[in-house]
Amino acid sequence: MSPVFDNIDLFVDGFLTSLKIILFALAGALPLGVLIAACRVSPIPPLRAFGTFWVTTFRNTPLTVVLFFCAFGFPELGINRSFFFFGVLGLVLYTSAFVCEAVRSGINSVPAGQAEAARSIGLNFSQGLRFVVLPQALRTVVPPLGSVLIAMMKNSAVVGAFGVGGDLWSTGASLTSAQGYATFPIYVGGVAVGYLIITLTAGALLQLLERKVAIAR
Amino acid sequence: MSQQEQAVLYDAQGPKARRRSLIGTVVAVLVLLGLAYVVVRRLADQDQFSMEKWGPLIDPGDENFDAVWRLIREGIVNTLTAAALAMVLSVVLGTLIAVARLSLGRVGRIPLIGLVEIFRGLPVVVLVFIGVRVLPDVGVDLSGLPGGQVLWGLVIGLTVYNMVIFAEIVRAGVASLPRGQREAALANGLTNWQTMRIVLLPQAFRTMLPAIISQLIVVLKDTSLVTFIANYDELLSQGESIQRNLGNPIQTFFVIALIYIAMNYCLGRLAQYIERRQARAGRSTAGPAETAGLAPGAAPVGGGA
Repeated sequence: MSPVFDNIDLFVDGFLTSLKIILFALAGALPLGVLIAACRVSPIPPLRAFGTFWVTTFRNTPLTVVLFFCAFGFPELGINRSFFFFGVLGLVLYTSAFVCEAVRSGINSVPAGQAEAARSIGLNFSQGLRFVVLPQALRTVVPPLGSVLIAMMKNSAVVGAFGVGGDLWSTGASLTSAQGYATFPIYVGGVAVGYLIITLTAGALLQLLERKVAIAR
Repeated sequence: MSQQEQAVLYDAQGPKARRRSLIGTVVAVLVLLGLAYVVVRRLADQDQFSMEKWGPLIDPGDENFDAVWRLIREGIVNTLTAAALAMVLSVVLGTLIAVARLSLGRVGRIPLIGLVEIFRGLPVVVLVFIGVRVLPDVGVDLSGLPGGQVLWGLVIGLTVYNMVIFAEIVRAGVASLPRGQREAALANGLTNWQTMRIVLLPQAFRTMLPAIISQLIVVLKDTSLVTFIANYDELLSQGESIQRNLGNPIQTFFVIALIYIAMNYCLGRLAQYIERRQARAGRSTAGPAETAGLAPGAAPVGGGA
């Protein structure tokens, strides 16, 4: 394990860059996913069709293909940004489809009688949504949404492998290929452990949150 | 599906609401058309509709057409080979892990739970890297197997990641069965193993088939990760070399993405069809509450990628 401890500062840097990718992607994918979910449950047919199209496209395309599209396609159109930007953009687009489905399944899991009861005691649409439907929907959404977000954290490694540079994955890659360290200690002891710290912490937090919002139906 | 979904949020629309949603429809169509126009305009401005870029992909008369599609066909075959091997291995191993976890005692279970947590927490791309590049470095030689080192490294990486997810799916399936099933089987004189094999597992697979198929989609998509790691001519790598030679990334990746979407969409529809058929059959093997979290796309155990 000493190759890992010798380069611990590089790994810490990589860890922080991975966290940065994850935070940017979270900030993009959550609102976008909720927006697409809103489209999918809206009373307006073309918006529903657009939402379905979005989800079908991004859920069935490998993240790698989305990333290639972003990084090679946009420059062809004269849009030039950093690889970091394209990497995060690809991850956001891809994850938004999964966030949308998690949120939508939550809204659908609220029994219709709840909204009907809200209307019959005189709440209007936004009150019914705010006081009755959404609080229940959010609770059901926590477990699937959590899995989606943890999957996104793991997928940040794909963004790293794509060549963003400086994150956990790239740290491993540069130590093994450029500096000639053996792959086993670097990847198993360093890169894998780094990602495990992120995902296991997130998993534990998710479980706490789940317990906190759990409701007996 | 649409009617029932919306019933949650609003009543059947009256004349006023219908007018409002008509206005909304018109505005939405205009906005979406506007967006489409901007995109198409941009593509046209950059000369992305030229036959020079599309020809090799869609025009059988083009000099590169045959070569391009031969590469893509090879890519599809290689992708499906790796995916099929990983699917079979991870379903089989996942089932074994699930059975072991269900039949071992409280203490014996602990190492298995640790195994599941660790492999589930790692990015699949790291596991594929370990399979393809680290294993040969530590002396595991797979090059003798048919298909070669890279294929089996990829298959091992995908299998290790997905088998624990399948294990969790199967376990959830067995747990969702009514207790009477197991009790009745044991009372009939079946052994523990017979109970599992003849009574519990078949029902668990039935209940969990939609979730299993959704996870198979993930396996198929993840074969493309090997592009970053080594030379294995699967679909995405072939697309990459095509666009490098012809200089038409947008067009090539568009076609590649369409092929992936077509393959995965078919699998996804299969999952939906099976789910609907089961719902109609009204089997009482699992209450809706247990399976709801495992519907396709809900990514019950950190899959979804």
